[in-house]
Amino acid sequence: MGNKQTIFTDEQLDAYQDCTFFTRKEILRLHSRYHELAPHLVPMDYTNEPDCKLPLALIVDMPELKENPFRNRIVESFSEDGMGNLSFNEFVDMFSVLSEMAPRELKAIYAFKIYDYNVDNYLCKEDLEKTLNKLTKEELTPEEVELVCEKAIEEADLDGDNKLSYADFENMITRAPDFLSTFHIRI
Amino acid sequence: PRPSHFSPGDEDFQENHERQKHKGKRRNGDRPKNKRENQRRKRSSNSEPETSEESEDEEEVNNDGEVRPELLSPEELEKLKEAVDEKKKLIQSLRGKPWPMKQKLVTLRESQLFVEKYEGALGKGKGRKLYAYKVMMTKKWKKFQRDFENFKTACIPWEMKIKEIESHFGSSVASYFIFLRWMYGINMILFGLTFGLVMVPEALMGRPYGSIPRKTVPRAEEAGAMDFAVLWDFGGYAQYSVLFYGYYNNQRAIGWFKFRMPLSYFLVGVGTVAYSYMVVIRTMARNANESGVGDDNSFNFSWKMFTSWDYLIGNPETADNKFASITTSFKEAILEEQESRKDDNIHLTRFLRVLANFLVLCCLAGSGYLIYFVVRRSQKFALDGLENHTWWERNEVNMVMSLLGMFCPMLFDVISALENYHPRVALQWQLGRIFALFLGNLYTFIIALMDAINLKRKEEKVVKYNITMWEASLYNGTGSENSTAPPVTIHPADVPRGPCWETMVGQEFVRLIISDTMTTYITLLIGDFLRAVLVRFLNHCWCWDLEAGFPSYSEFDVSGNVLGLIFNQGMIWMGAFYAPCLPALNLLRLHVSMYLQCWAVMCCNVPQERVFKASGSNNFYMAMLLVILFLSTLPAIYTIVTIPPSFDCGPFSGKNRMFDVIQETLESDFPAWFSKVFSYASNPGLVLPFILLMVLAIYYLQSTSKSYREANVELKNKLQMVTQRLDNFVFLTSYGSDFILNA
Repeated sequence: MGNKQTIFTDEQLDAYQDCTFFTRKEILRLHSRYHELAPHLVPMDYTNEPDCKLPLALIVDMPELKENPFRNRIVESFSEDGMGNLSFNEFVDMFSVLSEMAPRELKAIYAFKIYDYNVDNYLCKEDLEKTLNKLTKEELTPEEVELVCEKAIEEADLDGDNKLSYADFENMITRAPDFLSTFHIRI
Repeated sequence: PRPSHFSPGDEDFQENHERQKHKGKRRNGDRPKNKRENQRRKRSSNSEPETSEESEDEEEVNNDGEVRPELLSPEELEKLKEAVDEKKKLIQSLRGKPWPMKQKLVTLRESQLFVEKYEGALGKGKGRKLYAYKVMMTKKWKKFQRDFENFKTACIPWEMKIKEIESHFGSSVASYFIFLRWMYGINMILFGLTFGLVMVPEALMGRPYGSIPRKTVPRAEEAGAMDFAVLWDFGGYAQYSVLFYGYYNNQRAIGWFKFRMPLSYFLVGVGTVAYSYMVVIRTMARNANESGVGDDNSFNFSWKMFTSWDYLIGNPETADNKFASITTSFKEAILEEQESRKDDNIHLTRFLRVLANFLVLCCLAGSGYLIYFVVRRSQKFALDGLENHTWWERNEVNMVMSLLGMFCPMLFDVISALENYHPRVALQWQLGRIFALFLGNLYTFIIALMDAINLKRKEEKVVKYNITMWEASLYNGTGSENSTAPPVTIHPADVPRGPCWETMVGQEFVRLIISDTMTTYITLLIGDFLRAVLVRFLNHCWCWDLEAGFPSYSEFDVSGNVLGLIFNQGMIWMGAFYAPCLPALNLLRLHVSMYLQCWAVMCCNVPQERVFKASGSNNFYMAMLLVILFLSTLPAIYTIVTIPPSFDCGPFSGKNRMFDVIQETLESDFPAWFSKVFSYASNPGLVLPFILLMVLAIYYLQSTSKSYREANVELKNKLQMVTQRLDNFVFLTSYGSDFILNA
């Protein structure tokens, strides 16, 4: 819109606007946020698509993620190698899914990925226990943890295999009234 | 790039990929035939110089298995068009796909190339120029839309402020500020309408101040017209200005381009209400689609586990609070699950609840009567002349209403301790009671106002008689009846004036809103800021810990504030017809509120210990807003339809009813048959609400049908997923462990 910037070509910006829920200004802002995480590593000129990845430790230090108990899982779910190293594309993708405009179905898919600690495409008892412990900072007794996880599986499991598949999870989460408002990060 | 493990969203991508390949296969089968036809084409084109087609031919021959649109049968052409449309749809829906970014970018590139290649080619043959033009226009339109979206997002104010509040207090407190911002947007539009189409034309093109009696301060009041006290009360020069109804002249067309002032005034009044309805209903429909079924107890633990953490939190203290509250909530849920709730003393509970409701009703009735009493008293004061009374007596009505609005909710809170409800249910009862309180107060106020209006109308008859006597006396003094004496020039300030009930109504609303604003701000400063200062600085010289025990820092009362905002808006809608300055005033008030409350919440409030959001509260507040909108436009509509306008002030003076201006415009500005048609449609004042009701009903039905459709789609997807899983199982068992090792 008249602003001469040299970070991206216009085609790149248009492509990002087509693939995410962000506007031009927000994408440029995201780039500056990505850049300030590691000013020496991240180039200012992205026109030739440099291959630059930032490690997990830098990303979870962002103020938006710092207090989130699931920050490691969030970054890992969006990284290509599963270890939490994000390129700028994945960085933008992460915040796009977590933004206000992303639809419920998309958020449900990624929420499932985040809570699936052992990445086996099922939310088994261990996954739920880990989630619960992160959520309560291990303040509950083991019996209480056991009870809650059992109840949760009992409520949501439709096919009776004692773990939650994506279909079970989606069925449960789409009816949750708070899901959209809590699964949201503003950047 | 083949996805490494099967995960939910990838099936989509696979499907598309397969479809593409399948298409390629089909085309390959057609290749030999096309090549032959290509050569035939080439030979023929050599004799006719069609260079563009020639180069296209070369391209087509070079590409593997690509179709040539002009050689295809109509149904193949259709299929190609379908493919192009599908690609376009894919591009549109790309951002909602759960693929990694790289995949998305690659798919985008591919689809764009495909569309570019075939869209231009599709346009060959008949209607080619039109098609190309259409394509170009669509592209330009898309680009314009995108730029407009960018511009709109850049214009949204206070984004960083709200983000800060979200990270400190979580999403429930921030939802109030988002609501405030949304209201600000609505008021901006209302302000634009009233300012641009009513106030500015009259100020620029109407007769200036002092030219006619209604635009001049009467001689009697002239002395004090500039006093601050009078201006603060919206009397004096403020009353005789574009801010109020009474100033406007009833001249049908003003200015050099014949601006129809009375028509504009009426239409803007109707338009503000219509716009508000449209916006509120549209937001409600959008929210209804997004929110799930509220208050379902079947997923209690699952929801607690997966949706209780607020991802917006970025402040360590708030995070600690949140962890603590989540732990407490789990412990409570476990307790409830373990012990079977024996309903002992159910009779006592029921009795207490009935008692509590009875007390609340008494409270409401008491406050209603108090307001009525105070308004009658103020009318008596007005008859005596306002100078003889103290400041309190002059502003009694507004102060009483504001104080009631402040103290009664606290009383309701105390009474609700009797009831022993679950906190979420208790919150809903509290909201309902506060709503009833505000509504009762407002309507009592209006009824009392109606009395005042009737009083003024009686006065009008008397004044009319007096004016005729006065005019007669003028002419008696200047000459005999038969002589054509020049009209006596009297200064407009000396002409006896008729009473103007519309301006009075406008003034009452403006005063009410100002006093409401002042009360809110003062409560904020004293209740929150002073309290925080005292707690912070008196803590080391006090016997008990002020910060942990009583009074400690205050929490932000989301529901109370939202209700206050909604009722404030209701008052604006009620009074905007009689005081065009109200939207402007409200805009200023909201602007100041935003900054003041943002500062106050960051400076003096602590994060809430237990968060009980009335789930689906977004739609609850919207529903309340809609009810208030409807109830506030009722009195205005009633006065427009039944009460004749004052004879001496306003743009409708001299008419029998205010909506006669429509009739007049139809008769004089439109061709004759128009007015006949409209006269058959009878009273516009009755038809409008009916139409609004119908539109409401239609919208509601449409959104319900949409949700049914979506439920259908969901069921279909589930069915698909079940069959997929079955297929997977078969796949796994037949390929054994190799697949698992590679995943």
